[in-house]
Amino acid sequence: MLDVQGLSLKRGGSQVLHDINLTLRPGQVLGVLGPNGAGKSSLLGALCGELAPSTGQVRLDGRGLEGWSGQERARRLAVLPQVSSLGFAFSVEEVVGLGRLPHASGRQRDREIVEAALAAADAGHLVERSYLALSGGERQRVHLARVLAQLWPGEPGTTLLLDEPTSALDPLHQHTTLQAVRSFADRGAAVLVILHDLNLAARYCDHILLLEQGRCHALDTPQQVLTPAALRAVFGIDVLVQPHPERGHPLIITR
Amino acid sequence: MRQRVRPRTLFITLALLCLLAVWLSLALGPVSLPLLDTLRAGLRLIGLPVPGEGLEQAEMILGQIRLPRTLLGLAVGAVLALSGVAMQGLFRNPLADPGLVGVASGAALGAAVAIVGGSWLGGIPDWFAPYLLSLCAFVGGLGVTAMVYRLGRRDGQTNVATMLLAGIAMTALGGSAVGLFTYLADDATLRTLTFWNLGSLNGASYERLWPLLLVVAAVALWLPRRAQALNALLLGESEARHLGIEVEGLKRELVFCTALGVGAAVAAAGLIGFIGLVVPHLVRLVAGPDHRVLLPASLLAGGTLLLFADLIARLALAPAELPIGIVTAFIGAPFFLFLLVKVRS
Repeated sequence: MLDVQGLSLKRGGSQVLHDINLTLRPGQVLGVLGPNGAGKSSLLGALCGELAPSTGQVRLDGRGLEGWSGQERARRLAVLPQVSSLGFAFSVEEVVGLGRLPHASGRQRDREIVEAALAAADAGHLVERSYLALSGGERQRVHLARVLAQLWPGEPGTTLLLDEPTSALDPLHQHTTLQAVRSFADRGAAVLVILHDLNLAARYCDHILLLEQGRCHALDTPQQVLTPAALRAVFGIDVLVQPHPERGHPLIITR
Repeated sequence: MRQRVRPRTLFITLALLCLLAVWLSLALGPVSLPLLDTLRAGLRLIGLPVPGEGLEQAEMILGQIRLPRTLLGLAVGAVLALSGVAMQGLFRNPLADPGLVGVASGAALGAAVAIVGGSWLGGIPDWFAPYLLSLCAFVGGLGVTAMVYRLGRRDGQTNVATMLLAGIAMTALGGSAVGLFTYLADDATLRTLTFWNLGSLNGASYERLWPLLLVVAAVALWLPRRAQALNALLLGESEARHLGIEVEGLKRELVFCTALGVGAAVAAAGLIGFIGLVVPHLVRLVAGPDHRVLLPASLLAGGTLLLFADLIARLALAPAELPIGIVTAFIGAPFFLFLLVKVRS
């Protein structure tokens, strides 16, 4: 569980986050939406300790982030950045295996977890390949498998932060990836995921935080947040919102 | 994926090659010794009960000249290769070289100060001059690296891109200072300076070997403890932090090990290029980038390669001797270009 009250953040002299309050709860997926430059990645940076907030303390399981040792923290909190630059010819299995570094679960167990995480990210068939020979989308799935392996199987007490995990993926893998994230949460992990696709967010998130110029425009269920008025105010787009004919979640259609 | 060589096969091969290099390095030279005599004398030197009739001369050449030279070559090659691994990990770039953080140019400057400054003072006793040279080179390398490291730091964080640029600037600055000393030096001093800059394993002695061996042992024992942290660092600094690695501490250790290792190597044998760049690369091509294999394998391969380079340096123009830096650069530079072209395609 990750929790922050009154979070503000300055970068390069300008205020990029104002008074954000949020709690990531076990079993729930929180989606973060907002236009470019709204402060989504800054929020993720502050939540994982990469950026020091000017006010507000980020607490992981009730303890301030800086109160955890690196390894203890890495066993509870995993972060998937937007882009990773790995220029060395590791095999896919080795890359995902790095996710097991904070643990001492033994070679046999680690291998099982790597295999399971790769399967969850639909990248099991890549296991023998060299990372450098993969496409952008395949690399993204391999890194997802790496952070899943870091927290596997996703028990209560683990927190996963994902920065646009579907940005390079084809439509099928956008869904398989978010399904994997969803089932991770269903096993008890608390998840925050930055997304750009409103319909993916509506389908897979329990709550949505709508960010506008560093402020929280709305934080509630998809039904409450994804309204034509809110989307016009924040994104400046004109939309119809209808319930999904089969699943009931909001379906956003641009006019 | 290209098939990698298994670590066990790799280590056995490297160990055999290393033994072969040591054997040849002990046997060949201005006075070539029969290979079997070399083996017997070598075994006697390490205290094995081998009959020793007719081996007096071999034992003396081995003990006094060839063994310290061989040990020097092994140690220098090993520590240059380890430092190369450390720098390529720090900069997350397989084309990084230990010289990047300024250690080599600092050492060259220290040596120039010792050689040219010593000749002006005139009163440096001959027996002390080599020690003064080594000391100044070591201190110069460490000093310039410390400055580059300081320049790369801001708000308690080390920015490796800034460090890289600072290293380039400091290398240029050091080069101009060395140039000034070169300009001011007289002919005899100039010759010493030039030869030192080209590197040589000549004149190895046990007294100058011990400090280097201690440094090499420390670096060789320390870096492999950080192998997994280095693997994580290749993902990126923040990724490594999220995996629980204390990245700032790791970067400090890598810079310190490199400054210490390269400083000691340059102090003992002058400037020898390309070993630190090429050896980790070769090992990665064969065995993959995992530092748990890469570090020990580079240690063995670096020592072995430098011994073979020294053999070429000794035999190519025998009885005269080429500076070894010429040999390593002659082989290393084309190899580097080959890598550049291959990486691009």
